[in-house]
Amino acid sequence: MTSMITVSGLSKKFKDFTAVDNISFDVKKGEIFAFLGPNGAGKSTTIKMLTTLLHPTTGEITLNGHNPSKDKDAVRKAFGIVFQDPSLDDDLTAWENMYFHAVLYSIPASHRDSRIKELLEFVELFDRKNDLVKTFSGGMKRRLEIARGLLHHPSILFLDEPTIGLDPQTRNHMWSYLQNVNKKEDMTIFFSTHYMEEAEKIAQKIAIIDHGKIIAIGTNEELKKETKTKSLEEAFLKLTGKMIRSEEASGIDHLRMTRKMFRR
Amino acid sequence: MNTIYILWLRQLKKYFRSRSRIIGSLGQPILFLVAFGFGFGSIYQKANGGNYIQFLAPGIILMGVLFTAVFSGIELIWDRQFGFLKETMVAPVSRFNIMLGRTLGGATVASIQGLIVFLLTLIIGFRPQNFLMVPIAFIFIFLTALLFTSLGTAIASLLEDMQGFQLIMNFLVMPIFFLSGALFPLKGVPKIMEIIAKADPLTYGIDGVRGSLISNSTYGIVNDFLILSVVTICILGIGSYLFEKIQI
Repeated sequence: MTSMITVSGLSKKFKDFTAVDNISFDVKKGEIFAFLGPNGAGKSTTIKMLTTLLHPTTGEITLNGHNPSKDKDAVRKAFGIVFQDPSLDDDLTAWENMYFHAVLYSIPASHRDSRIKELLEFVELFDRKNDLVKTFSGGMKRRLEIARGLLHHPSILFLDEPTIGLDPQTRNHMWSYLQNVNKKEDMTIFFSTHYMEEAEKIAQKIAIIDHGKIIAIGTNEELKKETKTKSLEEAFLKLTGKMIRSEEASGIDHLRMTRKMFRR
Repeated sequence: MNTIYILWLRQLKKYFRSRSRIIGSLGQPILFLVAFGFGFGSIYQKANGGNYIQFLAPGIILMGVLFTAVFSGIELIWDRQFGFLKETMVAPVSRFNIMLGRTLGGATVASIQGLIVFLLTLIIGFRPQNFLMVPIAFIFIFLTALLFTSLGTAIASLLEDMQGFQLIMNFLVMPIFFLSGALFPLKGVPKIMEIIAKADPLTYGIDGVRGSLISNSTYGIVNDFLILSVVTICILGIGSYLFEKIQI
């Protein structure tokens, strides 16, 4: 099997803080890869480096044969992403959000409408296509974001804590969609999550990151065997300790509040 | 090209969908026009200034443009963390095109706002000398809109959240407006104020509109046009540079 992502010796320093510390791993084509770690462990920073949003301080990344720092557009065409925070435009309709994405990813005009229709039907939002996104529930927004992420036939889909705040029904539904695409189109999936059962059930390979370092990597079975535990949750806690991590509130947390006040 | 168009279109769609915003942002210019226009009108006339509404209207039109433009630039802060911007940042398109499309959209919206205020000033009693010059006035309006949308974008690229918003309004946007000669003629003001007004790009936007609509220009509309264009290009350049540097 060929590699979709190869990371070697990757580090990211912010001033005197090392967010990611010399990590290396490999994700095979068509694999479902889970990236676990406590808050502030370096998950999001790693995803940002993989998706061209941050430059690594040191280390090498190859994604679908390209380097995200040098060959940005080739890498950007190759992946789809569902961010931790919603990144839809609430003042546009579901269709418009999809259409915008189709234009940005240069999907030929002749295919646009049929592809958008196909995906909206796939996530069961086609009958709501002309409704503004702000009228959607959290679960519907997530589904729309997934549809959008898949629109340009990416070879790899990144999901940063995609199921946060979703009820079990929606979560189940979402994963069955994604596993389906994974099988049908041989699409690689790279996701981070705090739900251990999710990683246990879905992922073929799991990496656990803490304090910027990858402390364990392998299949669910391998991780349990290595730590002599019965579940992934126990293995995770054994590896990362039981201390609660604190993350400093960032600008975005303040914004979340102010935006609510400003919205009409 | 497609990128620029779709981002431009998005700004327009959002504008036309937020009717409360359109109406809300008209309140201030109307209040200024009525309060100052009728309040100071007779004093202005006694001082041989002529009809104050005629003088004031171009300043008020550009006030509407200024506020809408800066605000659509600043809105980038919201977009940056929540809306489309994160989406666009990972798309295989150049950031310059994203910035340009967004800024042109904001400038178009601010110009439409200028048009609405212009129509309102006509109701209140403003009479351009020559309606054929209205398109020329709108060149100045669009340039001013472009300049201040770029300025808003540049500032928003540096800010993490909306906490600095009040600071910008009070220490940048308000002075730009009040020290520009929007409300009073710049002839005979103290030297220091004249210098400040000359350094304020809004002055040339207003002067250009006055020159085209009521033939009352201090610097000449060709000079106004040249100065405004150069400043707009510079700020657009700075804005796109800072936009390129945004890290999410």
